Amino acid sequence: MEAAQALADLTEISAQIEAAVLADHDGTVVASTLADESSAKSFAEAAAALLAAADDVRTEPGSEPLVQVEGAAHDGSVFVARDDRHLVAAVTKPRPTVGLVFYDLKTCLRMLEQEEEAKAEKATKTATRRRTAKKTEEAEGEGW
Amino acid sequence: MKAGSAVGLLAGAAALAGAVVFVRTKSAVEREHVDVYFADGSMVSFAPGSAAGDRLMPLARRALAAARG
Repeated sequence: MEAAQALADLTEISAQIEAAVLADHDGTVVASTLADESSAKSFAEAAAALLAAADDVRTEPGSEPLVQVEGAAHDGSVFVARDDRHLVAAVTKPRPTVGLVFYDLKTCLRMLEQEEEAKAEKATKTATRRRTAKKTEEAEGEGW
Repeated sequence: MKAGSAVGLLAGAAALAGAVVFVRTKSAVEREHVDVYFADGSMVSFAPGSAAGDRLMPLARRALAAARG
């Protein structure tokens, strides 16, 4: 599954989500449901900044890492969840079902991670197969 | 007559108390805030007026505005 497909699935399963963006931790956009590229970039950067600022409010050193943030304003809410590699951010109308939105965001991240792991595993197997084939060819060449 | 007045007074007081509870609950639900969740399942909520809330809320509004163009 591509990142864009993961986001498309997210907005399809969650009627509450108006727009979403998938980005690296530094705010670099990986995929977005927004048509405007500059809006997607601004949204991803703002979401990354919110996460970074929320990370700073931890008072106890060595406390548990931050995993997700909800900012609720009068005109809507913004949600940001992250895993080891990516963050996914979404906006909703006011008073959303918080638990459901976070569940959908985390599902999106998990699906993407599983897909990336499967791709990496496939690439490793292909590289191993190529190396084995090359060694066999070299051995056969030496044999002549 | 006196009993009727007392019942009326009680009903009025109950209605007033209900209205106060309703307004307070509604305003609490709609209050702006930023909730921060940690890996162990704990959550801290910050409202505007607190140092962290005043720092986080504008960032949340900025993200919301960016997403809506």
